[in-house]
Amino acid sequence: MTGEQCSLFDPGHRACGGCAAALAARAVLDAAGPDTIIVSATGCMEVFSTPYPETAWKVPWIHSLFENNSAVASGITAALKKQGRKEKVIALGGDGATFDIGMLCLSGAFERGHDFVYICYDNEAYMNTGIQRSGATPYDASTTTSPAGKCSTGNRRPKKDLPAILAAHGAPYVATATVAYLPDLKKKVKKALDTEGPCYVQVHAPCCTGWGFEGEKTLAIARLAVETGLFVSFEMENGVVTRVKKVVRKPVEEYLKEQRRFRHLFRPKRNDAEIAKIQAIADGNAQKFGIDINLKK
Amino acid sequence: MMEIMEGSHAVAHAVRMCRPEVIAAYPITPQTHIVEALAEMVANCSLDAEYITVESEFSALSACLGASAAGSRVYSATTSQGLALMFEVCFNTAGLRLPVVMSIVNRALGAPLSIWNDQQDSVSLRDSGWLQFYAEDNQEATDLHYIAYRVAEDKRVLLPAFVCLDGFILSHTYEPVEMLTQEQVDSYLPPYSPVQRLDSKDPISIGLFASPDYYMEFRYEMDRAMKASSQVIREAGRRFGEMFGRDYSNLVEEYRMDDAECAIVAMGSICGTVKDAIDEMRGDGQKVGLLRIRTFRPFPGEEMKKALSGVSSVAVLDKNISLGAKGAVALEVRDALYGSGIPILDYIIALGGRDVAKKDIKSVVKMAMAGKGDLFYGLRGEVLG
Repeated sequence: MTGEQCSLFDPGHRACGGCAAALAARAVLDAAGPDTIIVSATGCMEVFSTPYPETAWKVPWIHSLFENNSAVASGITAALKKQGRKEKVIALGGDGATFDIGMLCLSGAFERGHDFVYICYDNEAYMNTGIQRSGATPYDASTTTSPAGKCSTGNRRPKKDLPAILAAHGAPYVATATVAYLPDLKKKVKKALDTEGPCYVQVHAPCCTGWGFEGEKTLAIARLAVETGLFVSFEMENGVVTRVKKVVRKPVEEYLKEQRRFRHLFRPKRNDAEIAKIQAIADGNAQKFGIDINLKK
Repeated sequence: MMEIMEGSHAVAHAVRMCRPEVIAAYPITPQTHIVEALAEMVANCSLDAEYITVESEFSALSACLGASAAGSRVYSATTSQGLALMFEVCFNTAGLRLPVVMSIVNRALGAPLSIWNDQQDSVSLRDSGWLQFYAEDNQEATDLHYIAYRVAEDKRVLLPAFVCLDGFILSHTYEPVEMLTQEQVDSYLPPYSPVQRLDSKDPISIGLFASPDYYMEFRYEMDRAMKASSQVIREAGRRFGEMFGRDYSNLVEEYRMDDAECAIVAMGSICGTVKDAIDEMRGDGQKVGLLRIRTFRPFPGEEMKKALSGVSSVAVLDKNISLGAKGAVALEVRDALYGSGIPILDYIIALGGRDVAKKDIKSVVKMAMAGKGDLFYGLRGEVLG
């Protein structure tokens, strides 16, 4: 078998067809290799990959609770250090585990400077419990706890800027990546693993079930997020942005209209005011990170 | 060598000699002296351990869980609110069968806020799958740590353990303590050798989710291990006695129980006062004895049944209350003595650090003999209004 087929993340798991998180897991393990210990938070990834007595993980793997993967990883790094072992430690969690309930443990572990990599597969809501809003849910997305309705256009708050928060902890390497560009994702995971100290990689992982699109469109949606400027793929080294993926930007509408979670912005009638607000978020991202490629007219 | 030591420091030295590889702890009164002493030992190289200064008790136990899963012997200490914050991790640690040992410096739970002693904190974790040892004095508090590691790590058990000592009453009190030497501890407690650990040479998955087809069997295995631990505790306690002269082979201690008509049942430091009161009552011709519980989990039901079979009344001193029911110890004693017909009377006592003197014990015995019980002892009428 080729390297890609002979993954450390076994194909026999129970993720939905078109699951970006599963794709991310495989890419992460491709990059990390066998000398890696994975600490999984409770969530989709944990549930679809480890129904007892089966496991999809061909590397050492542990799941304890929803909110403590960073703290468990702290203990593992300490034990490895004491035992003189060289394995790498990756804590893995969805956005609920990372942005919300596990924030205390995450902040503590980053402040203490443990040598580990935290990878968040960000599907922008609590998918395992049925698509509830999280601190990573984007503005206006309709979820089961931020439903669009007669007097609501969905989630009222913009996404929490977790990469900046973790960079402010003094993390030497913080990056965002997406399943749309797997070689880039792998490169970033490798770089994080090769950097001493706590590093963070946030992987944009569209969820066909939660966002409302057909499974075969996962990569297309992921690409559109980048191309519209709603998701920015970048690297920060010691708090400074050192690399950004530039794009010829498309209007946000092209991304929004493909997903059920934004359907209320187009039906029963088009909500120009709200679409404009989301466009402003993309414009802000573009300005902040300088992602625009301006084609000569 | 006999030394006059603060309880916390005696415990810290005992822990040091158990050679934990990873310590994770968070400050909380009255536990702090233990973890401060350990931090000092690490700073001065008298303890070669990784010391993680976590941001919460929740992370303290989570870090211990991770380090234990990676194959290291670990230690933490906490109390009261800190233990309450660990609630979720406590169940998880036991479920993952990780032999973490943690000192609980017993303290009341808020509200109202109280830093003083009772045993509500650890007793409230009775269903979590942790062994629970209760020390009467600082000698026992230190010795129980060696025993707890040996029992918890025994392949027949593989469950975590609390070593409970009453806050301030033991933790902040100077008493003579016979400390073992490092050689003695090494000869009693072998290095931790995990059955399995996180290791890339032999990758395993730990902490999978179990469907209804599997979950009950996991819980059954835990219960079986907890029950089996009784025998392991007896063996470890006996061996300790053979090697160092202090025998801990019984899960309970009987004090002047031979011809006792009234038996007091209690656990922890209150038993010192109880023993003194019993000596005085015996001098007055009253046939009173004490059955001291050393391990609340596993619960020594058989020992209890045997020791209490001849008494005419039992007075249980509970430093905890299962609100709307009884004290937790009394409930267990009633279960153990079910069908015996012996009256078992419960006294909720010394909550939130209220002092207990010999006269109080005598008063309880008097009430028990008269069949009066199942009450909060020593309530202040003027506070209740």
